[in-house]
Amino acid sequence: MSMQIRPILASLRKHRIPAILIVLEIALACAVLCNAVFMIGQRVSDIRLPNAIDQAGLSSIEVQGTDPKQAGDDIPRNLAALRAIAGVKAVTAMNALPLTNYTWNGGLSTHPDKDMLNKRIVGMQEYLYTAGGGKALGLKVLQGRFFNADESAGSKLDSFMPAGHVVLITQSLARKFWPHGSAVGKMLYLGDKFSYTVVGVVADVLRPNRSGQGEQSFYYSAFFPLQPNDSALSTYVVRSAPADRDRVLREGIKALSTLAPNAVVKGRTFSDIRDKYFADMRSMAWMLVLVCAVMLAVTAFGIVGLTSFWVGQRRRQIGIRRAVGATRGQILGYFRTENFLLSTAGVLIGMLLAFGINLYLMQHYEMSRMPWYYLPTGAVTLWLLGQLAVLGPALRAASVSPVEATRSA
Amino acid sequence: MFGYYLELAFRSLRRSLGLTVLMVLAIGFGVAASMSTYAVFRAMSGDPIPWKSSKLFFPQIDVWGPASRQGGQRGDGLPADMTYIDAMALMRQHRAAQQTAMYPILPTVYPDDPAEKSRAVPGHAVYAAFFAMLDVPFRYGSGWSSADDGHRARVAVIDSQLNQRLFGGANSVGKAIRLDGHSYRITGVLADWHPQPQFYDLANSNAFGPADQVFVPFATAVDQQLPTNGGMGCGQALPGPGFAGVLSSSCVWVAYMVELDDAAQVASYRSYLNGYAREQQQAGRFSWPPNTQLRDLSRWMDQMGVVPPESKVSLVVSFCLLLVCMVNAVGLLLAKFLRRSNEIGVRRALGASRAAIASQFAVEAGVVGLAGGVLGLLLTWLGVAWMHGVLPRQIAVLTRIDPSLLWQTLLLAIAATLLAGLYPILRATHVRPAMQLKID
Repeated sequence: MSMQIRPILASLRKHRIPAILIVLEIALACAVLCNAVFMIGQRVSDIRLPNAIDQAGLSSIEVQGTDPKQAGDDIPRNLAALRAIAGVKAVTAMNALPLTNYTWNGGLSTHPDKDMLNKRIVGMQEYLYTAGGGKALGLKVLQGRFFNADESAGSKLDSFMPAGHVVLITQSLARKFWPHGSAVGKMLYLGDKFSYTVVGVVADVLRPNRSGQGEQSFYYSAFFPLQPNDSALSTYVVRSAPADRDRVLREGIKALSTLAPNAVVKGRTFSDIRDKYFADMRSMAWMLVLVCAVMLAVTAFGIVGLTSFWVGQRRRQIGIRRAVGATRGQILGYFRTENFLLSTAGVLIGMLLAFGINLYLMQHYEMSRMPWYYLPTGAVTLWLLGQLAVLGPALRAASVSPVEATRSA
Repeated sequence: MFGYYLELAFRSLRRSLGLTVLMVLAIGFGVAASMSTYAVFRAMSGDPIPWKSSKLFFPQIDVWGPASRQGGQRGDGLPADMTYIDAMALMRQHRAAQQTAMYPILPTVYPDDPAEKSRAVPGHAVYAAFFAMLDVPFRYGSGWSSADDGHRARVAVIDSQLNQRLFGGANSVGKAIRLDGHSYRITGVLADWHPQPQFYDLANSNAFGPADQVFVPFATAVDQQLPTNGGMGCGQALPGPGFAGVLSSSCVWVAYMVELDDAAQVASYRSYLNGYAREQQQAGRFSWPPNTQLRDLSRWMDQMGVVPPESKVSLVVSFCLLLVCMVNAVGLLLAKFLRRSNEIGVRRALGASRAAIASQFAVEAGVVGLAGGVLGLLLTWLGVAWMHGVLPRQIAVLTRIDPSLLWQTLLLAIAATLLAGLYPILRATHVRPAMQLKID
């Protein structure tokens, strides 16, 4: 093998431009591939983000166009009607659901503070629900407990914040406030006016959208109990077995429409909410997959084309080599080694380029750093692709008969 | 001569069909990927009001001070909205050519017909100047007067869709509409007007959300205590309960837009804003030096991140793909042209100039480009159709293939191929006739 490298280099020096083109093509492909696959991976992990509620069994129904002053009568009546539907396991009224883009943000702190804008404060989503909401959502309590009936009945809204004194927080939020030790029983404050005792920690639930800083902040959610008498509780959440879900949703919409004939009642399953939220990311991921596939194909065919051209140009030389005793295997080896050398140069430049592109994207488009192992993985992929692409032309070269040596070009 | 070169090109392309198909495919895919992502990008980043965007400005005031900025915020971290107090002070002082404070509302429309459903309709509370500032087109009537703003008249402007539903599309000016339990007199009905991105209130509304269907005077909305349908950011607990508490608080929720007609007005408004902030500092309301911003519409759209990084990244990625395809085309054209060194040698020996050789091969590259462009168009059409399936509806309807996209696609394909052909053509013209003839 190593015996062959010198003549290959000599030959490449003579065909400098096509060689540079192949190297360039492999380098570009490697750079784009690494970044595209990295982005696909990020999108896929986003789309799969865990969310500890009963995602398969939940539906939401919204009632629009009723008098907010009637909320105290409407909400208990609607909840009762939904609870009466066969197959419904639990219901609650809430202000918002995860991934609906309908945010209700607040800032909690471990210390009371008149000024609500300082570095101690952590931004979080405020989820409000009526009695039994924890069970209706399917929250998983890791420590502590759900709210009891008194806590749920005693809480109403006072300038956007629940006046009750209890809160459930997600595990991520608990770790943010108290990195060491348990959160249960501790106090959280909003300004100097509201204080809450943490009665439980639940498994991570997503916010209505990605707001705030850092990956983990997507999980900064807190749950508060509320009396069923505030028009802020505009979303009815119905839990059923996944198999009953679609029927329950249909019957729920019908039941609420009958109760409020002049209102507009709309419903959707939580699966739909989640799909819609991630639709952009899904389309982006598919687009990137398509780009990768096209790019690999183009690169492979480019290698096939240029190598075929070389083989065509060198038929006489190949014939001479064959005539003076080179085996088919040696001819095959020549072209494969040549491709290997070009690919190596290509992926080396490509990895640098990939790193550069990633830096550029990080600076301008809020991209995160690409882990190092994407680089060698991309390199190996292009090496293999190169070897695969060169196989056809190389086999054709190997089949050149020694007689070619005697023919003129 | 062109016709002859065209014929030669077709003959040569047919002779090595595989190579030709490969090039056409590569160019087609590269162009299609770039153009379909560009179509989305164009839809999202387009100037929604090109004749006026350089005159519309969005002021910001640092009402919370440097301590509120925890780092990592987008841009300079100033709140995008204003407090009610500041918005009203700026409105009163009236220092721009035209100005309006505004906030999004979601009143419920109660129809007179009991069989009809009542619906919450999105809208904005604005000042009378709003309609003139944005050249809002009316089908019937007009906006209200500044006098209506002054005495908090219960008047409203509705859009054609709401007019269709409530009045069957007839001229409803002067008729009444019931919003959240109060009656408003309609002064105007909009013609179809749904600017996208919805640029006038990026601080509070989704840039690609549903169209506003109702507009009422700002002062009236506040009078009626219509709650905001947008964000409300508070730095401290409300000083008092309810709506009155919100009005006197340091919570930011009011968007503000001014029209400034020339550079002198912009400069003087900028110093006015700073002066205002300094007055507040001197009055003891702010304990930090003035920090204000005044951005025109396109900078404001940038600042508010109207085009998500997703679609910018897609654009970068697809142009990288086009680059790969172009490098590929350079290689294949080179192979193709140099394979015909003999032919070139003979033509040169018979007296063809380098320019003649160059134009022959340029025609051939052009044909490949055109074919690639046609394929690219087809694939772009497929790509856009596919995106209609997967993109959110509001953005999907904006993404369409129009004549400009058509010729841009073809132009891109031909330009890319010719650019890729430059070096191969140069090489072809430098084939030395003697060398080729000797070997033969």
